Amino acid sequence: MNILVKNAKVIDPSQGTDGICDITIENGKIKEVRKSGGAEARKKTNADVRTSAYAGFEVIDAEGLLVVPGLVDMHVHLREPGFEYKETIRTGTEAAVRGGITTVCCMPNTKPVNDNAGITEFIINRAAREGACSVYPVGAITKGQKGEELAEFSIMHDAGCIAFSDDGRPVMDSLLMRRALEYSKILKALIISHCEDLSLAAGGVMNEGLVSVTLGLRGIPPQAEEIMVSRDIALAELTGGRLHIAHVSTAGSVEIIRAAKKRGVADITAETCPHYFHITEEVAAGYNTFARVNPPLRTRADVEAIRQGLSDNTLDVIATDHAPHHMDEKTVEFDNAPSGISGLETSLGLSMKLVEEGVLSLSQLIEKMTLNPARILGLLSGGTKGTLRPGADADLVVVNTKDEYRVDPGGFRSKGKNSPFDGWTLKARPAITISNGRIFRWE
Amino acid sequence: MSLRSKDLTGLKDLSTDDINLIIETAAGFKDVLGRDIKKVPALRGRTTVNLFYEPSTRTRTSFELAAKRLSTDVINVSVSTSSVVKGETLKDTARTIEALGADFIVVRHACSGAAHFLADNLGSSVINAGDGTNEHPTQALLDIFTIKEKKGSVAGLKVAIVGDILHSRVAKSNIYGLTKLGAEIKLIGPPTLVPLCFGDLGPSVYYDMDEGLKDADIVMTLRIQSERQGKGFFPSTDEYFKNWGLTSKRLLKAKEDVMVMHPGPMNRGVEISSDVADGERSVILEQVTNGLAVRMAVLYLLSGAKQ
Amino acid sequence: MPKVLLDKKDIERAITRMSHEIIEKNKGVSSILLAGIQRGGVHIARRLASKLGLIEGTEIPVGILDIALYRDDINVRKEQPVVRRTHMPAEIHGLKVVLVDDVLFTGRSIRAAMDAIMDLGRPSAVQLAVLVDRGHRELPIKADFVGKNIPTSLDETVRVQLSEDGLEDMVVLE
Repeated sequence: MNILVKNAKVIDPSQGTDGICDITIENGKIKEVRKSGGAEARKKTNADVRTSAYAGFEVIDAEGLLVVPGLVDMHVHLREPGFEYKETIRTGTEAAVRGGITTVCCMPNTKPVNDNAGITEFIINRAAREGACSVYPVGAITKGQKGEELAEFSIMHDAGCIAFSDDGRPVMDSLLMRRALEYSKILKALIISHCEDLSLAAGGVMNEGLVSVTLGLRGIPPQAEEIMVSRDIALAELTGGRLHIAHVSTAGSVEIIRAAKKRGVADITAETCPHYFHITEEVAAGYNTFARVNPPLRTRADVEAIRQGLSDNTLDVIATDHAPHHMDEKTVEFDNAPSGISGLETSLGLSMKLVEEGVLSLSQLIEKMTLNPARILGLLSGGTKGTLRPGADADLVVVNTKDEYRVDPGGFRSKGKNSPFDGWTLKARPAITISNGRIFRWE
Repeated sequence: MSLRSKDLTGLKDLSTDDINLIIETAAGFKDVLGRDIKKVPALRGRTTVNLFYEPSTRTRTSFELAAKRLSTDVINVSVSTSSVVKGETLKDTARTIEALGADFIVVRHACSGAAHFLADNLGSSVINAGDGTNEHPTQALLDIFTIKEKKGSVAGLKVAIVGDILHSRVAKSNIYGLTKLGAEIKLIGPPTLVPLCFGDLGPSVYYDMDEGLKDADIVMTLRIQSERQGKGFFPSTDEYFKNWGLTSKRLLKAKEDVMVMHPGPMNRGVEISSDVADGERSVILEQVTNGLAVRMAVLYLLSGAKQ
Repeated sequence: MPKVLLDKKDIERAITRMSHEIIEKNKGVSSILLAGIQRGGVHIARRLASKLGLIEGTEIPVGILDIALYRDDINVRKEQPVVRRTHMPAEIHGLKVVLVDDVLFTGRSIRAAMDAIMDLGRPSAVQLAVLVDRGHRELPIKADFVGKNIPTSLDETVRVQLSEDGLEDMVVLE
């Protein structure tokens, strides 16, 4: 199907585009993004539509709306196979598209763990059949995510794994982490690190501090994350491997990454998530299990540091760490509740608040949700994701940035309704998402 | 008069007025306990369920007796919490008990917030008999009752709490309650068990026992759980006793009329020496009797708080 | 309009008369204990005791009885009745206990008081003295000694105020 998106305010950091444009899509690829600002150009487009230059085109009038490349979320738990009651590839990708996300990387902590080509192929095939958007599996670093032996990077890479991570668990053994960063160089593959020193975390369930003390909950000090961020950066320096730090949550981590980048450590990148730049440990008051997430929500000072880190580009990427859970699993004692927030459908709205609050420019924000993750994942070099360049996959999102709406997890496409942002008022909601040339329309 | 909430989950959220009401009402119940017939018909026809997910003899017995002396029927449910065998959820168990017609659910659980969780999910009155390392409100209320009885008032007293503050729900409830009533609290113990952030709750923190005990009106020692030893909180119980054990010599640092309290069960020779535990300054056994009166008062006052 | 039923003098006379009746009925005051029902009955019990003591030249023991835990409306009320102290100066076993209250109305308080007193021991007899009997009994209870019978309607309130509470002695119908 051919599509014309006309009169849109287009922002595409990959080409430095920022202006009113018409976008044409043919055969599932971007054909052209053409400036249409000014009365002349607009008149011509309208005339062309009438005179059937665009015969057979689905015409979308995006006047007054923002259009950006489809968002790339490099940190998502789709739960399939094994935990289909929490989420499936179908519901997870539908949720992604509802949130304006057209590319997701799914973490390997499924059942069985995605530590072999068979599971990788299963995910890719299932996604091709039922997925609403592009799915790139992340393979496990170690077999069974047990932190003992390396998984078959090369075979899994051939099967379609785009990166490797034991997400949900750290690789506690420093030697093994060294080997992973070293060995992955044959593939130039990205190692995504979940930074948590388990012995220091000591079974904690939230940030350590006055709030954890008053709730009587075991705390995790920020140093449990920072020690591992330091270690992994040191190992990246030692090996020259490609390291990406997942879900950065503390001021200390931001500082360590900033210093490493300044020092010129070859290949380190880092991401954070909306909950780390909006909410704090206080949300756990009253034993709110929706605020249980790993790494835990921190303090106001950490939130400010994360924002600063995004602003000065210490943090390259905004991902969701979308971690859907069944309501029954969260309706338990805080200690027994699983960690995670259902984030795909609030990510854009929450992130756009940073623009409203003056933390990031709009193009800087879009860069962290499109261009940067695509580049880190190697999806940009082929020009396929995170960009509106001609020939790229026809992924884009048309955003209504004017109307406010209230977050209602009950209405999520995701099976996971576990959101601490219930009732928040947000702007910026996808009105239309085009994913691989397929149009999803809500307003 | 009744409490403002249908539940008693902790002293953190209890108003000073409600604390005083419980203490005053407990005095009336202590009269009852002094009689030949120690039972009153006040809560005839009501049902109390003791739902205990952790082994407990003292607290469960105290609640059971308190409930019986108010003429409620009492059922004890002990649930073993094996993390290996995943059984029914807390919510389901509690709702089942509620469906049987329980008016009061007294819950003890290893998870902090368990009582809070049940209070949110049930219509019955939920009474926290100890949740994780969060709170043990009736223990603190009986401590406060005992202090008031002996010292007349709580305001202005210096209360030293010694031991494993970090893991102690008794300490937490006492900190909240005694602070509300105007006491000055000093926390004493090894740095591993008395994190400095406790100072943000109001008390001052001491690692040196002699310094912390200075001029104390009350010394509360807490039970040291032997399993903490292996976890590196302190090297050995002998070393603990050397530094933080309450001995009669150390007690001389406190005021002459100092009162010694312990929530029990005691480890003699670890946190307290026998001569102090059994000495004339100790009110440890009276705490137990007062516990009954306070728990009767709590049950009675919660019974009027429906809707 | 509030109407004064008894003034200071009337109350004093009523106390005096009731005291004589108590002595007469019990042939003296040996083995008598007055139990004032919290809170209105306590002051009346003390006044009766001092009058009895004056007449008989001996000290009469006065107890305080709280009936909150014996009331029949605990499960009905939204707020629980305040629990006050109960104190008896002596073992009541074998004594003649005169329950004392300010106003006798439905009789339910007296029923509760009888249960409460029985839990404290076994008196040889229980009698009832009230300053005012306003009628409308709901239980088969009758006072042995009455200061004044006052017919009332249900929507009226009888209020007893006494100097012990810092007010002028007076019984008022409202």
